[in-house]
Amino acid sequence: MDRREFFKKGSIVGLAAGTYLTFGDKINLFANSKTSDPQLYDLVAIKGGEPDLMFDKAIQSFGGMKNFVKKNQTVVIKPNIGWDTSPERAANTNPKLISQIIKHCFDAGAKDVYVFDHTCDNWTSCYSNSGIERAAKDAGAKVVSGGSESYYQKINIPKGKRLKETTVHELILESDVFINVPILKSHGGAGLTISMKNLMGVVWDRGYWHRNDLHQCIADYASFRKPDLNIIDAYSVMKTNGPRGISEADVMSFKSQIISTDMVAADAAAAKLFGKVPSEIDYIRIADEMKIGTMDLSKLKINRIIL
Amino acid sequence: MNLAILKKIRVIVSIIFIFAISIVFLDISFTIQPYFSQYPLYLQFIPSLLKFLSIGSIATFGFIFVIFLSLLFGRVYCSSICPLGILQDVFTFIRNKFKIKKYLYTKPLTKTRYFFLIISIVSFLIGTTVGLNLLDPYSNFGRIINNIVRPIIIGIKNIIVFVFESLNIYVLAPIEFKGVSLFSLMFSISILGLILFLSIKYGRLYCNSVCPVGTFLGILSKISFFKIGIIEDNCIKCGECEVICKSNCIDSENEIVDFSRCVGCFNCFDVCPSTGISYLPRYSKSKSEIPNSDKRYFIKSLAILTIGAERILKAQQKIEIYKDSTKPILRKFPVSPPGSISISNFTDNCTACHLCVASCPTQVLQPAFLEYGLLGIMQPRMDFKTGFCNYDCVACLSVCPSGAILPKDIDEKKTIQLGKSKLVKENCVVYTEKTDCGACAEHCPTKAVKMQLDPEINKKAPIITEELCIGCGACEYACPTKPYKSIYIESSAIHGIAQIPKQEKIEQKIDYKEEFPF
Repeated sequence: MDRREFFKKGSIVGLAAGTYLTFGDKINLFANSKTSDPQLYDLVAIKGGEPDLMFDKAIQSFGGMKNFVKKNQTVVIKPNIGWDTSPERAANTNPKLISQIIKHCFDAGAKDVYVFDHTCDNWTSCYSNSGIERAAKDAGAKVVSGGSESYYQKINIPKGKRLKETTVHELILESDVFINVPILKSHGGAGLTISMKNLMGVVWDRGYWHRNDLHQCIADYASFRKPDLNIIDAYSVMKTNGPRGISEADVMSFKSQIISTDMVAADAAAAKLFGKVPSEIDYIRIADEMKIGTMDLSKLKINRIIL
Repeated sequence: MNLAILKKIRVIVSIIFIFAISIVFLDISFTIQPYFSQYPLYLQFIPSLLKFLSIGSIATFGFIFVIFLSLLFGRVYCSSICPLGILQDVFTFIRNKFKIKKYLYTKPLTKTRYFFLIISIVSFLIGTTVGLNLLDPYSNFGRIINNIVRPIIIGIKNIIVFVFESLNIYVLAPIEFKGVSLFSLMFSISILGLILFLSIKYGRLYCNSVCPVGTFLGILSKISFFKIGIIEDNCIKCGECEVICKSNCIDSENEIVDFSRCVGCFNCFDVCPSTGISYLPRYSKSKSEIPNSDKRYFIKSLAILTIGAERILKAQQKIEIYKDSTKPILRKFPVSPPGSISISNFTDNCTACHLCVASCPTQVLQPAFLEYGLLGIMQPRMDFKTGFCNYDCVACLSVCPSGAILPKDIDEKKTIQLGKSKLVKENCVVYTEKTDCGACAEHCPTKAVKMQLDPEINKKAPIITEELCIGCGACEYACPTKPYKSIYIESSAIHGIAQIPKQEKIEQKIDYKEEFPF
């Protein structure tokens, strides 16, 4: 779907529904409808292998990528490409994992797969030095800039408490399937950065979040469009000095991966894996209270795989 | 030898130079800029001269070559190497497509020429490049390209990208352009307008009235070994050479060539039907000198201006003395780019050509207005509103042609301390709102800014280790508070050396067979 088509459809739906607000909900309805197949598990945690191999195994517990991506659908993958650092520094999502996810999407019949992030450092350097641009292009995906304000469209967040409106990258609004691929890292401001925090990279004005209660805004945004799938890269984990890190000395090898359709559950599990109590990370607790997902892992069907 | 071939050579060489120099400024993908820029810029007179005075290595001999060339053949620099001169030739070339202008010999504007030359020299001697900055033809060309042409190219690229992306083709990406400095833009437009007008109306009048490089090389041409002159025996007095001379320096009737104004375009050789005009050895009999009182005027004005300049000198020093001990809220000085050693070294050597601005991938380098003082007008500074200095980048250090920014390798650059980060608690959201933030610490590449528990408010607040700070401005750029930032870089007038962050290796105690903690 291109921009113009999107605007056209947007205005038709908007007119029919009467308000833009309804339109926001519509997207969520579409998103939910395609994961209607009965799921075997709510969450899969896997460890002991290479990132691509772990993903191959883990996604089977959800019945494979075909349960998320239908023929001729468009997919947007949102890794963390925030920093101009090498893959060994583990500040950005593992490129091998991104490449493998793209392959699964195409195998499931995806028409187009897009990859982007609104980076913190200069985006061209981040894209190339993280290794993600090369890996994604080689796997056949379209690598799109997140560094121009012209990509970002205004949306409303009806359930938001502090963050009620913002501008979001058009690919998030236009794509049929949204796959969130954060990397688990320590974070000076937010405590940890995982799935929900990774979504800061799909909006333009992050400063607003920082000014207006960071944790509340992270949770607020999570109520807008939930990713269809969250794949947490915990292969190499930056234990300290995050989110940018200073050197490879900050990195610890976890060789793990967590996948879930529930962002809050995924973040809770990843926080535990990191060695933190989920409820002590404010945005996880707030998102749980706002019923965006659950941080109570005891209620979930979890598949734990150790290779 | 038929000298008409010199014109063809001149045209080819000049096209190569203007093309190569423009490419260096217009490389919006930043691919060749750092590696290539030194070659076409090597012979640019003012940058090369300044770099020689600043570091004096073999990499700076370009201007000596130009002097040597001028002592041999006169101002060939002005038509073949100088991009602003070539640009004027482009304008006249286009004009001639519509209507061919016929020139006539005019008297030189001696006072005007030497006035501008003296201004440049005197201002430079008292330690400011402002005269060169405003008058250097290369720098003016650079500013025209960087402030006028480059934004247009970026705009065109962005339109193309938009069309492509509407067709779902994602091979190019738009450039988020952060704008040009208004003053630099206006100044560049004025200079462009001036040379456009002068070149179309009067040929190379700019080069022979305003340009200090032209005037200086003109002095050298007076004693050059070979000079262009009219050979009485061959000349048929057809006047073709005079009519084609865009420098208005051939008086065909009296058979005089004012070689100090000749820009070495060789058009006269091309049109002369009888080899009546040619390069002649210095002591041949042609009447190429026109007697006037150039030298006396030059020396007299130099003396007058030096006295007046003392006052400017005092104003210039202010930027360095202005350093009292009261706690600063606003920056005392602008932050100068890495590799510039100190603000004074930078302002003393920068001609404001804006090549570093064009080369900066984060657009943190922006032309100053009055931040460096009136004398530093348009010299680039770090503007942390538009970006911050990328930790792993040495682009500006590798392109500077004048030695205002000296080349350093990446490891050394990572320890250059442009300034030190300062926290303004009164503005910081952690203190005012009691909510988490950490945007500054997040962006800090050395962890000079860290989030640490402040027991007084029971929140993690920024804490600064000054020794680690390199003054890159990432914290200031990222700080979300409005309208005033809560963290900013206090510029160091002389750049310091930052400590390399200590690396404590994280203990690897993971058992891959251990059960998950949930």
